[in-house]
Amino acid sequence: MKSATTAQYDLIRGIWRENPVLIHLLGLCPALAVTNTVANSLAMGLATFFVLMGSSLLVSTFKRFIPHEVRISAYILIIATFVTIADLVLAAVVPEIHKALGAFIALIVVNCMILGRQEAFASKRPVSRAALDATGTGIGFLIAMLMMGSVRELLGNGTLLGYSVFGAGFEPWIIMILPPGGFLTLGVFLLAMGWWRGRTEGAQARVRRWPHGVATRRAA
Amino acid sequence: MSDLFWILISAMVVNNFTLALFLGLCPFMGVSARVATALRMGAANIFVMVITSLTAWVLNTFVLTYAPYLRLISFIVVIASLVQIVEMTIKKLSPTLFRELGIFLPLITTNCAILGLAIFQTNRGYGLLEGLAFAVGAGLGLALALVLMASIRQQTELSDLPGLARNMGLVLIVAASLSMAFMGFAGLLSS
Repeated sequence: MKSATTAQYDLIRGIWRENPVLIHLLGLCPALAVTNTVANSLAMGLATFFVLMGSSLLVSTFKRFIPHEVRISAYILIIATFVTIADLVLAAVVPEIHKALGAFIALIVVNCMILGRQEAFASKRPVSRAALDATGTGIGFLIAMLMMGSVRELLGNGTLLGYSVFGAGFEPWIIMILPPGGFLTLGVFLLAMGWWRGRTEGAQARVRRWPHGVATRRAA
Repeated sequence: MSDLFWILISAMVVNNFTLALFLGLCPFMGVSARVATALRMGAANIFVMVITSLTAWVLNTFVLTYAPYLRLISFIVVIASLVQIVEMTIKKLSPTLFRELGIFLPLITTNCAILGLAIFQTNRGYGLLEGLAFAVGAGLGLALALVLMASIRQQTELSDLPGLARNMGLVLIVAASLSMAFMGFAGLLSS
């Protein structure tokens, strides 16, 4: 019973409660740079998922053989190997998306989320738990990418996965598919989450967290 | 000469690494709370970028023509070890400089802005001088974005914000406005 709960926790933790992008703000570069359409977000999310899963499995398998002093370099080498595989596969299977993502496929190597999971989890846990954790975190990343991608494509282009949603009368908000739109979308998500958290926590917690903020004025 | 100048200006403001290409966001969010720290981080960034550009040029010209599929791995390994060596040299030769920049060097060697610089330089086929201009421009652009952001954040620290804006949400909204402002530089290139 206990182990089943741990396994479930390993799996679901990364999906929402510790979502890599929305909570920990890791892996922001791809989350902002390539989410201008849903298709690009999906490809990037899946490629990252593959790299994360592959490197977690490998790091967890070989954790006894990797010397502690050079572990970071070893992790980066493992990650870079999987990224090269993903890069070549994407170029062969979906060349136009590979072109749209450009250098950002190669930049999966320096996605701090992946290195973070290796250092914090896969290098200390058995293979099965590392696989569950990679699945959860990968899905969490994918969800965040799709949330960003759908908002930006819908508002910036009036389409979803290339299909028109609002019809011909819709004036697209070009800014949303340009760089500022990425910052704006994620910023609004974070503000909304801050608002939600502030609403669900009681006034008590608010006093603790922001002692010279809203609560002091209300008390006065 | 003017070509090099335009590469520098373009990398610095028009295609600013942080605000237009979303590279190097970790330091942009993490070390932008104080102007003094932001300045030092920016300087360390320029320094590492110049080393990176030189390394990438040497690797591209002399090594990687034989094995292009090893590009990513060799970039990372060589750049990381070179920065490590330079860091040790600085520590030995100039302890003052090391105290100013040292702590940031290991942080930025595996930063996406650094690897991004090497990859963009390769994709665009820049030569040695063009690559150096690109690196200096990109570094200056990153430093500019960092310092601007840090100055704004120092101001907001003293102002009366609603509770929901006390996380990174506000920083991202500010980044969005900065990014919009930098889009105004796009007209520079077409003229």
